[in-house]
Amino acid sequence: MARAATNRHKLVVTLIAWTVGIVIFFPILWTVLTSFKTEAEAVATPPTFLAFHWTLENYAEVQQRSDYFLHFWNSVVISVGSTLLGLLVAVPAAWSMAFVPGKRTRDVLMWMLSTKMLPPVGVLIPIYLLFRDFGLLDSRIGLVIVLTLINLPIIVWMLFTYFREIPGEILEASRMDGAGLREEILFVLLPMAVPGIASTLLLNIILAWNEAFWTLNLSASQSAPLTAFIASYSSPEGLFYAKLSAASTMAVAPILVLGWFSQKQLVRGLTFGAVK
Amino acid sequence: MATAHSRAAARLTMSPAVILLLGWMLIPLVMTLYFSFLRYNLLMPGTEEFIGTLNYQYFLTDPAFFAALGNTLALVGGVLVLTIAGGIGLALLLDQPFWGRGIVRLLVIAPFFVMPTVSALVWKNMLMNPVNGLFAAIAKALGLQPFDFLAEAPLSSIIMIVTWQWLPFATLILLTALQSLDRERLEAAEMDGAGALDRFIHIILPHLARAMTVVTLIQTIFLLSVFAEILVTTNGGPGTATTNITYLVYAQSLLQFDVGGGSAGGIVAVVLANIVAVFLMRMIGRNLDI
Repeated sequence: MARAATNRHKLVVTLIAWTVGIVIFFPILWTVLTSFKTEAEAVATPPTFLAFHWTLENYAEVQQRSDYFLHFWNSVVISVGSTLLGLLVAVPAAWSMAFVPGKRTRDVLMWMLSTKMLPPVGVLIPIYLLFRDFGLLDSRIGLVIVLTLINLPIIVWMLFTYFREIPGEILEASRMDGAGLREEILFVLLPMAVPGIASTLLLNIILAWNEAFWTLNLSASQSAPLTAFIASYSSPEGLFYAKLSAASTMAVAPILVLGWFSQKQLVRGLTFGAVK
Repeated sequence: MATAHSRAAARLTMSPAVILLLGWMLIPLVMTLYFSFLRYNLLMPGTEEFIGTLNYQYFLTDPAFFAALGNTLALVGGVLVLTIAGGIGLALLLDQPFWGRGIVRLLVIAPFFVMPTVSALVWKNMLMNPVNGLFAAIAKALGLQPFDFLAEAPLSSIIMIVTWQWLPFATLILLTALQSLDRERLEAAEMDGAGALDRFIHIILPHLARAMTVVTLIQTIFLLSVFAEILVTTNGGPGTATTNITYLVYAQSLLQFDVGGGSAGGIVAVVLANIVAVFLMRMIGRNLDI
């Protein structure tokens, strides 16, 4: 009896949860479906759900019309480049904070966090003018620099929380055996911290891929990553839903998959270790 | 055994990150502060001069500023209330055992990974458009008049879009917190005859208080700077109906080229964000045992 009641309860919860999940996911699903329709079918009334003529022409057309892969490549370069550059600077810093903490380590960490809370409009104008004067407007290298700096605090913090879980004695032992600082970090710490570094890498690629304040303000046709490229659909000509959907699907799909893999680290990274 | 040697190494390894961030924060911020006291328009080069606090007086007495402040508060407050209430509901739901829990979890967190420009344009065109949008089609099927969301209720529509983006974040954090709740306490309370509502108010809600604070503070930081969603849907309009502080500063400096006025606005935005930041830093700092 009790078992039947539990099962019935489970069935009800299953139905509710799936309904809610599909409703929340629906805008994404709808975008993917629309990307396979013709432009006429994309605005048909009543809307067609699955029974339409599936086509790939939107994907081909998006590429032909606007050199989609240039923008895709820009997104890859900017998000991966800024993350790797950030890791390069952050690994040594996080090493010292986790294993050689001093009186001021805590203050430095908190201060780094506070830079993340600076609203971007507070520094928009100087950055814009500096970029203009140094010829960095609409350049990939400029965007890599800015995104490295805005995500650096998160990278340092995430690495710090992961490094702290590694017993310091192992590093000390390697030091006793005569390993220099470089060997200690490269050959002792990094191999042990691979999972933590991987999650940091993943989360920061996601954040950089989706960053849409600096990329919109500092890029034009040449260096525009997908965030800025998609924004060009805000002033469209003629029917464009299917093409918008195809461009959006390609922009979102890779990062959505990465995001699904990193859902655990997301909580930790975005709350700076306050919730684990 | 923190020797003088390792102390020096610590300073050396930390300095690149510290110097970069210091440069990133200090140099532009000082420049913004300096510009904010100048008459400085990009269309009139060579006319820069020191005008004291005039930019601040103009910015802070501009009706657009009050509209933007109100919109910012409504946007931040509205999204916070909706995501936290919705997040608690979803966390409670996803915490139950049911078939396909892992998949539903993936579906629920998906919107967080959609870039702001995509989600705003998809909502604006494919869902909310009064002629071709899906909501209009549903309204027509039910015999109702389609509603022109972004024209009739622009700010609420943007709140809706931003809520959709942030609901997964609130849900994930609240769910993580909920899963650390001691099940035996709940069972003991149930044995003592506490109803579901009692258990929720007296055990679950207090347990989630910390996570709710974290969600509030972190989302506030990001929500104060909502930009892309406004840029691609309404451009701050109609009028100033959807202009928040971030968008106002952007419009003043990069659309009207008023660097001085825009800088004053930027400094105001920094001060507002700092008020929130102080609370957030205290919370995280308390948690940091070094």
